[in-house]
Amino acid sequence: MAVREGLMALLVDEPRHGYQLKTAFEAATGGVWRLNVGQVYSTLDRLHRDGLVAVDDTGEQKRYALTDSGRDALGAWWRATPADDPPPRDELQLKVLLAVEQGPEHALDVITRQRTALTRALQRHRRAQREAAGDASLSAQLVTDALVVRAEADLRWLDLCESRILRARQGRAPSNGGSP
Amino acid sequence: MTDPCATRDRTRSPALEMVAVTKVYGRGPTEVRALTDVSLTVGRGELVAVMGPSGCGKSTLLHLAGGLEDPTAGAIRVDGLDVPAMTAAERASLRRTEVGYVFQRLNLVPSLTALENVMLPLELEGVGRRESRDRAREALAAVGLTEQLDRYPDDFSGGQQQRIAVARALVGERRLILADEPTGALDTLTGDQVVELLAELPARRGTAVVLVTHEPRYASWADRVVFLRDGRVVDEADAGAPPVGTAVGSAP
Repeated sequence: MAVREGLMALLVDEPRHGYQLKTAFEAATGGVWRLNVGQVYSTLDRLHRDGLVAVDDTGEQKRYALTDSGRDALGAWWRATPADDPPPRDELQLKVLLAVEQGPEHALDVITRQRTALTRALQRHRRAQREAAGDASLSAQLVTDALVVRAEADLRWLDLCESRILRARQGRAPSNGGSP
Repeated sequence: MTDPCATRDRTRSPALEMVAVTKVYGRGPTEVRALTDVSLTVGRGELVAVMGPSGCGKSTLLHLAGGLEDPTAGAIRVDGLDVPAMTAAERASLRRTEVGYVFQRLNLVPSLTALENVMLPLELEGVGRRESRDRAREALAAVGLTEQLDRYPDDFSGGQQQRIAVARALVGERRLILADEPTGALDTLTGDQVVELLAELPARRGTAVVLVTHEPRYASWADRVVFLRDGRVVDEADAGAPPVGTAVGSAP
């Protein structure tokens, strides 16, 4: 998806061979985003077709260089920000929303189960982090951070769901005289 | 300190044991059940995080574990000691020798230096000045502070202040550290460092930690995460359990 832009970004300073691009891309993404060589070359072919990359085939291997319009396209990509899209629709959201339709107790059960599973996923990331302690590259650390923060976001959302459901339930049964 | 539980075995008893603990505030129509039938065992060197929405009973649980309040029903033992059976003086001693506290803020005495802050619980317990100083230095070194110990808390960053607080909670032969939102005033990476400290240092010394937090980020450093809701334990995430979707507890 962003492989096009990724390869262009790696061509900013100097022309490179296809295989060099593959290894540079994988190193930059902390080793979690593997590319196969075929994917690299088919992407480069499309970039060439669109005039964003120039090919030098005088040597043993083809070398690829960024063209001026390639630089413009890459510049536009760096500047672009996530559009003001409607909120993402994911399965976790759907599950909780439908559970709420079936009543607060069912919703709280669903939240509890999902939250425990997500918390355990976070705990696993932590263990991996602790075991890697110090050895992980900056890019690998940033990738783990992304996983952790996304799990955190889901967990925070589940916490909010729980608080709102409890509050709504309390509102319907106003016998409870405040919390300690 | 007199021993209210003569048969206790310090090498075997868990750092904290709460059995079927219930805490009710008030009576009749104003009665509030803060905790209902909560059981929690924290082993030596274990870090257990307690999570839950406001009013779920997290703070009450810490107060009971530290002997600041008495349960309405149930048993509470710290290192095998029957806490509700203790006198006020015994509890005060317990909090200086066996139980350490780390709070969100107001951890340190501003008019005492970093070193004096950490020496304080030892001196209050009657340990000599020289020995107190040596042990305080050792505890501060364990949290990564070896210099400028004669400075006052305000001279340190928030993260360093929490390190000093952790050193004070550790100093001596503490069995249990009770940490109440210790990361509340810190940025994310500094918060990570403090929780990492709470996860690793006490484990090496065989001290247990109960960490109350509302941040899943920090809770995930714990061996076990206990979820409270309406004063009951509704579930538990155990990092050591097999990685399948097997939820342990059952909702009430």
